[in-house]
Amino acid sequence: MASNGCDRYVPDAARSVKILILGPFAVGKTTYVGTVSEIRPMHTEERMTQAGQLIDDLHGLEEKTTTTVAMDFGRLTLAEDIVLYLFGAPGQPRFRGMVQALTAGALGGLVLADTRRLQDSFDAIDLLEQAALPYTVAVNAFDGAPEYPEAELRESMSLDPRTPLVLLDARRRNSAMSGLITLVSAILARPHLEPAP
Amino acid sequence: MTAPRRRAAGMVRSYTATGGRVVPTRRSLDGATLLKADATVALAGLPAQARRVMELCRPGVLSVAEVAFHLRMPGAVTRVIVSSLVDSGHLTAVAPFVPAAQQHDRDFLKRVLRGLQRM
Ligand SMILES: Nc1nc2c(ncn2[C@@H]2O[C@H](COP(=O)(O)OP(=O)(O)O)[C@@H](O)[C@H]2O)c(=O)[nH]1
Ligand SMILES: [Mg+2]
Repeated sequence: MASNGCDRYVPDAARSVKILILGPFAVGKTTYVGTVSEIRPMHTEERMTQAGQLIDDLHGLEEKTTTTVAMDFGRLTLAEDIVLYLFGAPGQPRFRGMVQALTAGALGGLVLADTRRLQDSFDAIDLLEQAALPYTVAVNAFDGAPEYPEAELRESMSLDPRTPLVLLDARRRNSAMSGLITLVSAILARPHLEPAP
Repeated sequence: MTAPRRRAAGMVRSYTATGGRVVPTRRSLDGATLLKADATVALAGLPAQARRVMELCRPGVLSVAEVAFHLRMPGAVTRVIVSSLVDSGHLTAVAPFVPAAQQHDRDFLKRVLRGLQRM
């Protein structure tokens, strides 16, 4: 992580790539984005309606029926012409509309999971599947959390055999990077790059 | 993307005054969309918030989400202002990469992967 005035901007020729970091409260999303980001990770709040629609015009902002959703935002320059943006967002159903809006334009998603409450990550998985976005599940190694064989984890999350499952520690850079590397490798390994219709 | 329209004076102002009822670029503006400023388009007449966006974007390229963060503006408000600056030709917006079936896209993704592996 580094930040001074000159680091503020991305290279002029850059193309951006967007990857989502999803999962339930306290699963490590903020930690993950902070570990990987080259800029001080940004925390933003987006407003949405109670119905879960992301508000995208000023009219909506005046309505009382809004709630805010905390998002994490990080950046990683991968080449002179490639900059990766990470968007961390909660996967709970009440944020569904907002996260659905985030899936547009995304390359894929990394779903964080905790073995003490795997079921809390199901919503994020369902959401990415419905959006037909490629994803990888990353089990965050929490101290004292039970360890299970991979086959058992896959079964409890009903993962497709082609969906990668990795174990990582969101606090450690190399470990955290392995999640993104696995995700992009899996996308490249697909016979068709574009998301299924 | 539609061809950028020259901005009519006061457009941004009337836009906010009518509660954001203008359609074009806004819906396709992603947080990861990159913004490039056209330094030759004058800032005269721009409302204060739009001018702040331009001053931030002139020295270099930033994403929509970063603009919102640096200017401490809500994402929705930022998208409204940025999209009218795109429509008026002050900013060019480049949407994030999403792969299609082309070989070129596969090559780009391979470079994404190599970039990650080098970190
Ligand atoms: N042991 C361990 N703790 C973690 C890991 N990732 C996050 N934490 C801790 O879990 C707590 C919640 O993490 P946070 O990133 O705030 O979760 P968020 O709500 O998903 O953003 C914090 O105290 C983190 O330090 C991990 O990989 N291993
Ligand atoms: Mg958090």
